[in-house]
Amino acid sequence: MITEQIVDRLKSIMGSEKRILLEKADLVSYSYDGSFGAYMPEIILQPVSAEEVAGIVKLANKMKIPVYPRGRGTSLSGGPLPVHGGMVLDFSRWTQKLIIDPQDTVAIVSPGVITADIDREAQRHGLMYPPDPSSSHVSTIGGNLAENAGGPRGLKYGVTKDYVLGLEIVTPEGDIIRTGGRTVKNVTGYDLTKLIVGSEGTLGIITEATLQLIPRPQATQTMMVIFDDIIDAGKAISAVLTSGILPSKMEIMDQASIQAVEEFQPIGLPTDVDAIILIELDGHPIAIRDESEQVKQVCLEVGAREAIIARDEESAGNLWKARKLVSPAIVRKKPTKISEDATIPRSKIPEMFRRLQEIKAKYKIDLVVFGHAGDGNLHPNIITDKQDKEEMKRVEKAVAEIFTAAIELGGTLSGEHGIGTMKAPFMEMELGEAGLDMMKRMKKAWDPNNIMNPGKIFPETKGQKLVLVHD
Amino acid sequence: MTSQLAYKETFDCVQCGYCLPACPTYATMGKERHSPRGRINLVQMAAEGKITIDEITESMELCLGCRACETACPTNVQYGKILESFKQAKAAEAKAPFMENMALQKALPNKKLLAAMRASLRAYQKTGMDSFARKSKALSILPEQLRAFEEVAPAVEMPNKQLRTGILLPERERKARVAFFTGCIMDVFFAKINDLSIKLLQQAGCEVTVIKEQTCCGALQNHSGDTGTSRKLAKENIAAFEKGNFDYVVNAIGGCGAMLVEYDHLLADDPEWAERARVFAQKNKDVSVILNKLEIDFSREISGAVTYQPSCHLLNVQKVADDPVQLLESIPGITYVPLPKGDMCCGSAGIYNIVHYEESMEILDSKMEQVQKISPDIIVTSNPGCHLQMCLGIKREGLEDKVRVVHIIEILAEACGIDHK
Repeated sequence: MITEQIVDRLKSIMGSEKRILLEKADLVSYSYDGSFGAYMPEIILQPVSAEEVAGIVKLANKMKIPVYPRGRGTSLSGGPLPVHGGMVLDFSRWTQKLIIDPQDTVAIVSPGVITADIDREAQRHGLMYPPDPSSSHVSTIGGNLAENAGGPRGLKYGVTKDYVLGLEIVTPEGDIIRTGGRTVKNVTGYDLTKLIVGSEGTLGIITEATLQLIPRPQATQTMMVIFDDIIDAGKAISAVLTSGILPSKMEIMDQASIQAVEEFQPIGLPTDVDAIILIELDGHPIAIRDESEQVKQVCLEVGAREAIIARDEESAGNLWKARKLVSPAIVRKKPTKISEDATIPRSKIPEMFRRLQEIKAKYKIDLVVFGHAGDGNLHPNIITDKQDKEEMKRVEKAVAEIFTAAIELGGTLSGEHGIGTMKAPFMEMELGEAGLDMMKRMKKAWDPNNIMNPGKIFPETKGQKLVLVHD
Repeated sequence: MTSQLAYKETFDCVQCGYCLPACPTYATMGKERHSPRGRINLVQMAAEGKITIDEITESMELCLGCRACETACPTNVQYGKILESFKQAKAAEAKAPFMENMALQKALPNKKLLAAMRASLRAYQKTGMDSFARKSKALSILPEQLRAFEEVAPAVEMPNKQLRTGILLPERERKARVAFFTGCIMDVFFAKINDLSIKLLQQAGCEVTVIKEQTCCGALQNHSGDTGTSRKLAKENIAAFEKGNFDYVVNAIGGCGAMLVEYDHLLADDPEWAERARVFAQKNKDVSVILNKLEIDFSREISGAVTYQPSCHLLNVQKVADDPVQLLESIPGITYVPLPKGDMCCGSAGIYNIVHYEESMEILDSKMEQVQKISPDIIVTSNPGCHLQMCLGIKREGLEDKVRVVHIIEILAEACGIDHK
């Protein structure tokens, strides 16, 4: 309960009352994110300094008020949802610090900085910040760090956690601490940096990050490879990756997504095929020209129907347009899109596709598959209508079965979206009782009063089930 | 009242947030409820009775209606429809202020009344009263917002009557037959732009007719929730333009053009008019689209760095992005410099800059930050509202001597050696 006294205390902590939001229109506006469910917070605070955050968290810890950190609410797993009310800390206004140090090849950023802005600034110094979630032009770096976001370039360059050298965080008890530093090598004590990244805001609040930048590749080359059989597409991915070439992106689209795109905006994709793989190579222009010919040969040898190499940037843009159109194309049928990111080992891609087709038929749902094929991070998307309760019940069961399939094939619940609320019920299935218990003990040690993003990652009751619609 | 809200349409929003970077009010105000995603959710909540129309009014009324969010949206949410549905619900709940209603229902479609306004404004400027008033600070009794615009208002000129009668023949082999849509406010305060547009069209090979029976496009009425008046005006315009056999109906006003191309939406549920509206909407083109299709004879060089601030309704509703830029690039001597974040609204937005002056000025200030980055010699606009707003921005930055603001038609006419009068 946020009493008047608490609001008064918050006013003395925050530098400006304008960044304390209490009106109903505001509370409603921070009740959702890019995933499912809406939960009303009691107050929204928009801090712009570590001192403000520390003050807020100390007070919240003392009064045992839940604290929900939030970037720009693009989360697909429910990370910022205030499931137990309390305070939402909106970091979207804390964009002030974005320093590139070209000598140390690092970027130092405040949590509200937009991810793509970091890469754009780095580019001015011939550098690159590789993680590229598809929402990078909207999402904040703070949210990316909390969820350990990935993206297409993850295949070659890894994900957010691979580029974090150091953090400043506010602990659940309101202390400001620093982890790591600004060097690549650093083995002083436990690696708390890696623990915090991907902890989904349950262990502390990131108030500053020092990020590793790398030299920017000089050029890119795009190609599209067409397959009559998705099994061959799976083989081609493995064949390319063992040919001595590491593409920067390998994105797959299944038949349903290709057809959806062609029905939406005909751009000349062949609709009689089983799958398309889009491949991007990056590096020295002469090297990638040579490599793209090699990749073409490798794909044709394992049964690809055709491989088209983009002539110039414009035709490369046209090829990527197909991938970009998948989302708008598939929601034309029904408005609700449930985007999963169960991830399996690369060798199991054909098997996972088969299992997904079975699930689609069994529950009579609309399901399309696209995503980051190169690293096994598929995006099975269920297209439905959240106003249709009967169908949503079938969808709940289908989602549960997708998770089971991924784990049975040696994969994981989430490659890059995070656990949040929707996948919490499945944690024990992947980690086992003891594995999950070790995580819970960490949480308890860091956050004894359970105020930091409570209701996420861990199931709150034994036997908790996935619920998409409430009766 | 909430039954008027476009409830079903709100479910097309998947809350991905891709509209946030495109929204000028989200950028300046920094709150989710001033973002498109926030506003769509508020309308949905209001339709479900979870929040009142009153409680969402501030958020909704501070929307510029620039519809940049529609361009950014990956799932084609019809934001314009959702926003307009709120305006209708609001108008039904509490009658809009009397003066505003009077002005929108009666004054704009009334040519005589507008001509009288023009005459008095013109007299005011011609007699030097305006500079006297400015110097003597007599204007300081006006509220700040009106004073600000009075100071940057262009000299008002009478429309060229010869260009408003009969069929005007092309100056070369006829390439197209066009009807010219003059607009109500445009032909009063920016008649010069219309005159020059007509001359440019003639020079490019168009046979041009200005139909007398045409009336106000109905955009401002529609934006204020008075759909009834808009529909009435739409029918009058459709009937007027059906009388001739024209290839295109051409206008030089981004905002009116956006209304004209959406007549098909406006009258979709009227069986007698739906098809006629569709045909009419398709024929409507911005003058830049037509000129870019045809050949223009440039006879003068224009030197300097030129940038372009698109009209939101030309860009996001009419989806005209490349034609104005291609035209500018084709002018001899010009160095075209893209305006960073040029697709962001300048904060003019119909009467927004008068009704929400402070919010508008914050948006204008961030626009001017981008202008300062490229220091252009000329800023080109494609809509009278944007034009005034950019003039005001230049003045606020103290750049009046360094930067010139022109309508795209003015710079094209200048390069073609077409003089006014």
